[in-house]
Amino acid sequence: MYLYSEFDRTYVRNRVRMFRDQVDRRIDGSLSEEEFKPFRLMNGLYLQLHAYMLRVAIPYGTLDSRRLRQLAFIADRWDRGYGHFTTRQNIQFNWPRLKDVPDILDALADVDMHAIQTSGNCIRNVTADHFAGAAADELSDPRPVAELIRQWSTDHPEFTFLPRKFKIAVTGSPNDRAVTRAHDIGLRMVHSKEGQNGFEVIVGGGLGRTPVIGKVIREHLPEADLLPYLEAILHVYNAIGRRDNKYKARIKITVRETGIDAFRSRVEERFRIIRKEFLGADQQVIRRIRDTFAEPDYVQAPTAAFDDALRRDPAFRDFANGNVHRHKNPDYGIVSVSLKAHGRTPGDASSKQMRILADLAEAYGHDELRISHEQNVILPHVHRKDIPAVFAELSRGGLGTPNVGLASDIIACPGMDYCALATARSIPVARDIAVRLREIERDVGSLKIKISGCINACGHHHVGHIGILGLDRAGVENYQITLGGDATETAALGDRAGPGFPADELVPAIERLALTYLDIREDQDESFLETYRRTGLAPFQAALYPDAVPKGRGGHPERSNDAVS
Amino acid sequence: MATIVTDDGFIADDRANEFLDWTEAAQDPADLPYGAAVEIPNSLSGEELVPGFDRIAHLRICFPSHVDGRGFTLARHLRRLGYAGRLRASGHLLADQYVMARRCGFDEVEIDDELARRQPESVWQQSWQQQTASYQFLLQREA
Ligand code: SF4
Repeated sequence: MYLYSEFDRTYVRNRVRMFRDQVDRRIDGSLSEEEFKPFRLMNGLYLQLHAYMLRVAIPYGTLDSRRLRQLAFIADRWDRGYGHFTTRQNIQFNWPRLKDVPDILDALADVDMHAIQTSGNCIRNVTADHFAGAAADELSDPRPVAELIRQWSTDHPEFTFLPRKFKIAVTGSPNDRAVTRAHDIGLRMVHSKEGQNGFEVIVGGGLGRTPVIGKVIREHLPEADLLPYLEAILHVYNAIGRRDNKYKARIKITVRETGIDAFRSRVEERFRIIRKEFLGADQQVIRRIRDTFAEPDYVQAPTAAFDDALRRDPAFRDFANGNVHRHKNPDYGIVSVSLKAHGRTPGDASSKQMRILADLAEAYGHDELRISHEQNVILPHVHRKDIPAVFAELSRGGLGTPNVGLASDIIACPGMDYCALATARSIPVARDIAVRLREIERDVGSLKIKISGCINACGHHHVGHIGILGLDRAGVENYQITLGGDATETAALGDRAGPGFPADELVPAIERLALTYLDIREDQDESFLETYRRTGLAPFQAALYPDAVPKGRGGHPERSNDAVS
Repeated sequence: MATIVTDDGFIADDRANEFLDWTEAAQDPADLPYGAAVEIPNSLSGEELVPGFDRIAHLRICFPSHVDGRGFTLARHLRRLGYAGRLRASGHLLADQYVMARRCGFDEVEIDDELARRQPESVWQQSWQQQTASYQFLLQREA
C-alpha cells in the first residue's frame, strides 16, 4: 500500500502543529467559535449532539495491521473503546475531548494517517472500490489514482472554501462498487476504442435532499489530463456554485441550473488554460505511487482445505457463499467481514475486534485490510486454504456473521443516537429489521436495505433496494419507504412507495416486502431488484398497504403524503 | 484605518479610498485612467477586465465572508489571464488563510482594526513563516 514520502510526513506533522495552535487559540479565546469552525472541520472535528466527533480518513479504504492497531489504541486511550466505520470509508470516534484532539492527530501521524479534509466545504477523502487491487473483474487498480487526487486536493489553496463539500469516487471495474454515479465527481477507469487508458468522468451526482444520478461530462479523458480537468471542474463550480442557500450549493444543483452542456463548455474552456500549467510531474508521481501498490506475493498451495470445509461445515458454506468474493487470483478469495451482527450497531467495531482483524490480516491476508462504504471490513487477499481458519477465528470474535449482501447487511447512518440533524433513529431500526429478517434472509438472497435518519441521506436510502428515511411528523418518528434504488453501474433512485410508517409498524412492513418478493419471484435466481423491475411497485404496494382504498376513491386522511423535496 | 498584511508584516494602507468601484463607475476598462486602483466584486468572471490590464495597477477583491472562496478562484484566474499588477484581498480573511491567498496570486490582505487586534502581526507572520511546500507545486512542476 501507499507509503508516505518524507514530504507527506512533514506535511501531516505540520498540520497537526497548526491545529494544536488553533485549538490553543480557541481555548484562550483569540479565535471565536465561528472562526474556529472551518479549521476544526478541515481537521475532521465535528460538534455533535453530545460531544465532539473526530472523523479520521482511511484514504480509499485501505489499511494495514499497524494502522488498524493504532485506531484500536486511539479508541481505548481517548475514546470509549470502539470506532464507527462510515459510508465514506472513514472511521469516527464519538467521544474525544477537544484538548486531546491534537494528541490523537499526532498518534495518527505516527502511522501515516490523518483527519484532514474529512469535513468542511472542501474536497473530501477520496473513496474507491473496496475490492480494488483484488477483484476478478478489475481493469486497473483505482487506488493510485485516488492517492494522486488525495495529494492534489490536500490543502488546495483555491478549493478549501467551496460552496459546499465535494466528494470524489473512483472505480477501476465495470461493476461499480464505489457508487460513482452518486458523487460530485465519479471517475470510471475505461479503455478507449484505441485501447488508451483514461476515465469516464461523471459529474453532479449526489444523494441528500435532492438526489441526482450524475451525468457524463467527458466520455474519455486521457489519463494525463486528470488533474487539470478536475481543477477545471472545481474552478467553474467554485466561481458559479450557489452560496445563497446551502441546500442548493452542491454541484448537482449548479449542473442542473446551468445545464450539462453549458457547464461542460465552461469546464472545457478553463481546462484548455489550466492544462498548460501541468508540466508533467504529476505523471511521474503517479508512477511512483503505482509502484507502492505492488501485487502481494501470492502463495502457491493447494486449496483443498477450502473445499473440505465447504463439504463438511454448513456454517462455513453460508459464510463462503455470502462473504467470499472472487479474487483475480483463482487460488485466493476476497473475505468480507460483516460489522452487522444481528442486533448490533452497523459499522461499529470494538478495539478488541480491530485487533482480531489486524492479527488476521497479518497472519493470512498479506497484511492488507479495506473498509467498505457498506461499513464492513475486508481482507482482500486470503488464500483459499486459509479461509476456514479465518472464519473460525472471526466467529470466535463475534465477527463471523455470514450476512454480507443479505437483508441484515444494512447501511444505516448514525441517526438520532448521535447526529444533531437527525429527525429519527436509524440504528435501532436497523437492528430490529436485522433480527426480524434473520430466519428468511438466506432465502431472500441479495437485498440492500439502507436507512437514513433525515433527508440528508447519509445512509444512501435513495439507492437501497429498500430505502428507509426517518422523518419527524409532529414529534413522532415516521419512516418512508422507497423501492428499487440501485447504487451500481445501473444506478437508479428508488420510488416512493406511499405514506410513511410509525416506528412500531415499520419492521413488519419491511418483512411483508421480503415475503411478497419470495411469493412473486419467477425463480430463485431472480433477485429482489430484478423482480421489482419486472413487476413494478404495485404488488409491493399492496403488501405495504393491505387496507388502502384503491386509487381514485379517496385516501386515508391521516396517511396523507409527506412532501419531500 | 485599515491594516495591510504583507509577507514582511503589517504596513499602513498607502491606497486608502483610492479604489474605484467597478460596479458603479468603471465598467468600461478602456475608460480607466492609467495606474488605476479598482475594487471588484468576487462574482466577476475575470475576462471583463482583460482590456484594462495595462491601465490597472491595483485590484482589490472583496471577501464578504471568510468562508466565501470565490475570491481565491477569481485571483487565480486573473493571474492566468495575465494580470500583473498588485492584487489585494479585502474583507474578513483570517491569518490561517494568508498562505492560501498568496498561493492564489494575492500580494496582500487588508484587514480591519478589530481583526488586527485579535490576530496581531505575529500570528500572520507565523502562518507565513511556518508554511510547508504545497502538493500542488510538486504536482505541477516539470517532470
Ligand atoms: S442522514 Fe441525517 S441523521 Fe443521518 S447522519 Fe446524515 S445528517 Fe445525520
